[in-house]
Amino acid sequence: MNNIINIANARIQKGIVTENLDLIGSKLKTEIQKKFARSLFLREVDTGSCGACESEIISAINPVYDLQRFGVDFVASPRHADALLVTGPVSLNMSLALKRTYEAMPSPKFVITAGDCALDGGPFKGSYYIEGGVSKIIPVVFHIPGCPPKPIDLVLALLLAVKNLKRS
Amino acid sequence: MKYLEFKIAVLERTGLDERAFRESGSEIYIAANLENFHGICLLLHSILSSPVMLYFAEDNVKTSGVYTLRCGFLGKKIQRWVFVVVDIPKDNLNFPAISKDIVSAQLFEREIKEMFGLIPAGSPDVRRLRLHDEVWPDGYFPLRKEFVKPEKTNNTGKYYVFDRIEGEGVFEVPVGPVHAGIIGPGHFRFSVAGEPIINLELRLGFAHRGAEKLFEGKSAKEAQIFSECISGDAAFAHSLAFSLAVEQAAGIDVKENVKINRAIGLELERIYNHINDIGGMAIDVAFSYSSTLASIVKENILRLNEKLSKHRYLKGSNGVGQCALIKDKESRVCLLEVLSGAKTDIDLLKNILFSSVSFMDRVDTTGTLHRKTAEDFGVTGLAGRASGLELDLRRVFPGIYEKTSFEIIRGDKGDVLSRLNVRFNELAVALRVITELSGQINFSGKEDSPEAIIISGTGLGAVEGWRGPIIYWVKIGKEGKIERCKIVDASFNNWQALSCCVHGNIIPDFPVCNKSFDFSYSGGDL
Repeated sequence: MNNIINIANARIQKGIVTENLDLIGSKLKTEIQKKFARSLFLREVDTGSCGACESEIISAINPVYDLQRFGVDFVASPRHADALLVTGPVSLNMSLALKRTYEAMPSPKFVITAGDCALDGGPFKGSYYIEGGVSKIIPVVFHIPGCPPKPIDLVLALLLAVKNLKRS
Repeated sequence: MKYLEFKIAVLERTGLDERAFRESGSEIYIAANLENFHGICLLLHSILSSPVMLYFAEDNVKTSGVYTLRCGFLGKKIQRWVFVVVDIPKDNLNFPAISKDIVSAQLFEREIKEMFGLIPAGSPDVRRLRLHDEVWPDGYFPLRKEFVKPEKTNNTGKYYVFDRIEGEGVFEVPVGPVHAGIIGPGHFRFSVAGEPIINLELRLGFAHRGAEKLFEGKSAKEAQIFSECISGDAAFAHSLAFSLAVEQAAGIDVKENVKINRAIGLELERIYNHINDIGGMAIDVAFSYSSTLASIVKENILRLNEKLSKHRYLKGSNGVGQCALIKDKESRVCLLEVLSGAKTDIDLLKNILFSSVSFMDRVDTTGTLHRKTAEDFGVTGLAGRASGLELDLRRVFPGIYEKTSFEIIRGDKGDVLSRLNVRFNELAVALRVITELSGQINFSGKEDSPEAIIISGTGLGAVEGWRGPIIYWVKIGKEGKIERCKIVDASFNNWQALSCCVHGNIIPDFPVCNKSFDFSYSGGDL
């Protein structure tokens, strides 16, 4: 098993092109410590994205980026979440589910959106079957642009989002 | 069977005139009428032994007062797409359903009904597919040309009714549309007695965004970019299928280097997705170490993609008549270096998984999709091949693959293990094919492809994406604008495989069954 771990380690070291990651990450960790006393739990909701945003969010928790070490984790239920991370242009079929997921979260709570679709429909703007943006359904405090946003952008954006949070 | 033999057989058995055949590249269009449409479809289904591959309507009311229906089959031996074409007059919207005889036509006819308001007479299932009853009022058909969006959607007061399985101790487990993982939206309704699943009903459409309608009125260039947003993890394959369709419609020739680059892009996409799903299967039976290793391999390929195309998912790297991923010798060296690292890791991963008894115990004989079921539902691609079906578009229309050692990979048992094996073997083939093709790129000739001129016409483009066939049928109008674009992602019909394969399995094994297919929510819902 040790041998295997070494090989995996070698791969991680080799692939890294993001020296900034540790710097941004440690700031994020400090900020989360300050605002949440320990960690930030996110619940991800896909309202009809193409799947690329999901793929990048999953990438952010792979061992290369390892978002969890900065105090952010993804939970399986809105009841356990501090915030929602929402992708997609909100298909009409998803608007009720999105609203109910938001309502199921305990307060205080907030919403971050990721990917161009979630802002205003993005490439699907003008379609007969989308709401055209998450903020039409629930209040959004921060948006992460990109098609899809890269994992490093997600980390940076989370830092900005947490920094911007005001006590309400 | 040669094409000529096929043609003679069809002419003899239908009594059609030879003028009913129109040939265009690898597409054959057979003109039918409402009386013989059903019979010709059944005949093609049986002599080509093909499921319905794509089946769609088009609104020609403005120009000729009819809706045109095209039902397409794939002739593997004759290497042709064969369509039966029938016109439906606008004042009588009924047409004879073929879904009562061909199961693989079922979802297509439901789609035609909800999108155009055409009525498949005699169809066993005419419920809506994607426009959910709860939010969409009756009488609005989005793909008609004169469609106007309803003023009020949501809260129609109607509800979808699930099949109820009744009996002592039977209970239901509803899951979704918001799932526990980071994944697309869909609803699964399990009926369970004790441990085993008796019935699984899928309700999809939650990712429906009206993609086909949005294609209309776009220029080929705009539509190209848009096609990359249909299914994000198959962005390259979708974009490639779209450009092939436009090239066929406008009669554009593609250079050898472009073909090589496209095959490389397609295989790169296959590699990162197969490795992702192998990792997913491991995590779904709580074998997290191996899934972590898989995620590192995937990350390395995504970074390679970014180096080659400036985008981690290869978006923007393909265009009509154009594709340049490996532009110089340095990028080829980089490609081969990353892939050789990936190969070492994949071998290691395979070793870890196959030497773990508890992992093998979870995947062996789990989620079996029988060959006959797969055949009836028109299951294609990886899912079909793991159940023993021999269908791979890279084999039917080899193109540039002829110059490689490509081989079709199949399984026989149709269980999760079969699909795992097919993925590992396809990974090996993909790595080999890329290495071979990258050696054939010609860097010396600085042959700039001129900007392609788009003329009006229709064309079909199909590629074997990593899930299976992705098919685009495109009609371009006089001003070079898209008038109709029909998309069939392999996931559309393949989703039905999932509800068939879980019978008798336990709910805790459902995630690994699901991941072993990994169908696209957005690709199926459009």
